[in-house]
Amino acid sequence: MADDEIKDIIEVKRLTKKFGKLVAVDDISFSVRQGEIFGFLGPNGAGKTTTINILCTLMRPTKGKVILNGYDVVKQSNQVRQSVGLVFQDPSLDIKLSALQNMQFHAGVYNVPSKVAKKRIASVLKMVDLWDRRNDTVQTYSGGMRRRLEIGRGLLHFPKVLFLDEPTLGLDPQTRSHIWDYILDLRKRLDITIFLTTHYMEEANVADRIAVIDHGKVIALDTPEALKQMVGGDVITLQTGNPEAAVAELKEKHNIEAMVEGQSIHFEVENGEKFIPKLVREFKGELQAVSMRRPTLDDVFLKLTGREIREEAGGQAAFKRAWAVRQAGGGGRGFH
Amino acid sequence: MRRNLHGVYIIWYRDILRFWRDRARMFSSFGMPILFLVIFGSGIASIFPEQQGFNYIAFMYPGIISMVVLMSAIMSGVTVVFDREFGFLKEVLVAPISRTAVAVGKALGGATISSFQGLLMLVFIPFAKVDITVGNGFMLVGLMLLLSLSLTSLGLLLAARIRSMEAFQSIMQLMVFPLVFVSPVMFPVETLPGWLATIVKINPVSYGVDAIRQAVMGVEASAPFGIYLFDYRMSIILDVAVVALFGGIMLALAIRAFRVQE
Repeated sequence: MADDEIKDIIEVKRLTKKFGKLVAVDDISFSVRQGEIFGFLGPNGAGKTTTINILCTLMRPTKGKVILNGYDVVKQSNQVRQSVGLVFQDPSLDIKLSALQNMQFHAGVYNVPSKVAKKRIASVLKMVDLWDRRNDTVQTYSGGMRRRLEIGRGLLHFPKVLFLDEPTLGLDPQTRSHIWDYILDLRKRLDITIFLTTHYMEEANVADRIAVIDHGKVIALDTPEALKQMVGGDVITLQTGNPEAAVAELKEKHNIEAMVEGQSIHFEVENGEKFIPKLVREFKGELQAVSMRRPTLDDVFLKLTGREIREEAGGQAAFKRAWAVRQAGGGGRGFH
Repeated sequence: MRRNLHGVYIIWYRDILRFWRDRARMFSSFGMPILFLVIFGSGIASIFPEQQGFNYIAFMYPGIISMVVLMSAIMSGVTVVFDREFGFLKEVLVAPISRTAVAVGKALGGATISSFQGLLMLVFIPFAKVDITVGNGFMLVGLMLLLSLSLTSLGLLLAARIRSMEAFQSIMQLMVFPLVFVSPVMFPVETLPGWLATIVKINPVSYGVDAIRQAVMGVEASAPFGIYLFDYRMSIILDVAVVALFGGIMLALAIRAFRVQE
């Protein structure tokens, strides 16, 4: 962007959406800057899709105001619709028609003049690598191809904001990373704002800023790095022959509260790289393995809510929950 | 306004395109009329003697054309339920065209397809032994469009409310058969018992069937089978007025149902 002043492309003010007694979105306010990738992160049912539906005029807010590209989503819905491209969580293609026909339909309802449309459809279909298959019906496409077609279609009318609601849901990891390559490439080529929702933590990392949403409220909004700093340290895992003794030793020498899980113990320190040599030097028990990892957005969510973003089966999740409970209660002495 | 008219055209065009791509549907639409007209019709005709030079099959034939149009029209609402199920409805609903344009485009698409299927029924002219003049042929097309537009609107109104495929289909079955049987499709109205004739006359579809019968058989020839209100025979124009009024209400309700759709 040429000018220094960063314009807000989306402004959400005290937005609330109720379904009967259920408050799906609870008095949230935030703004999205022009040209950024804005991530909306939260567990299923947190209110992500409801918020997107309001922003793209599919639902009316119960209370509050949303201005998108200078237009009010309630009063100027047609202008808002023209300003946004959408890739929904669930597929929204006509699978009985070809890719080309799906595109032609879109160009038609978005009022792209037919002369321009022809060229633009060709360039978009080439961009998402579907030009060779343009005349095949969509029902013959794989999941990844359908997603690419939807992303291409969402761009056809040159929207200011592209909404991607869980764009890689239900795709295999390889296709997922492929789709991301496309999205990031797009952003380089077009001056477009991307509004992204996801519950895959690793995907949220691509965002410039992330709003963490839980129970209909925005509980944090910052860059991924700043959010991770909130966790306050590195996560260290030790394997030892006698975990109980190791926990006692850590408590005594370093004032660290560690958690036992089978033969492993986990804890968090501020500077892992410096702590590990010291630990190894001074550790009395038998040390079988040491590993360290940087905090992830998973840890951030855990920290903020005391819950896992995705309820995983198995020890890792159980450990993290236990840890969270303890941190919430005990204040996590020596952790920060 | 221009944008919305273009939107109507695009919505209409997609329905036509889908119909054209799925030509098997066209031939499947022959099954029921053949069954009714050839088997059922021949059976009934063997019981009842010819009346004033017309046999039962000639009487029934315009009824069958109406029935095909009516069923196809009301069932076209199913495309909305399908689109919702397969997600495409969202693409339509977030497009920057008015919901009115969406509903009208859908109604016109369904009406065009239904009327086309009605037109296909004209291949049975030799079997039914009726003479349709060119002028009446054009009138027939207009009448089919009007009747199907009304019933497509009714189908859309229901489809906007009903979320599941199964529910839609069973409710349609529940509606279609009374609409068909409590109308002059199979029997002339005036020979029916009084209570039944009254119900037939309340059914707005009856007037569409009556108008189509007049166009196919001719006004004079169909006189014994016409609908009489207070001893006054319904003319094509009055029939059209009734169907248009009914259709207008249905379309308005369908548009309203689409507008509140989230």
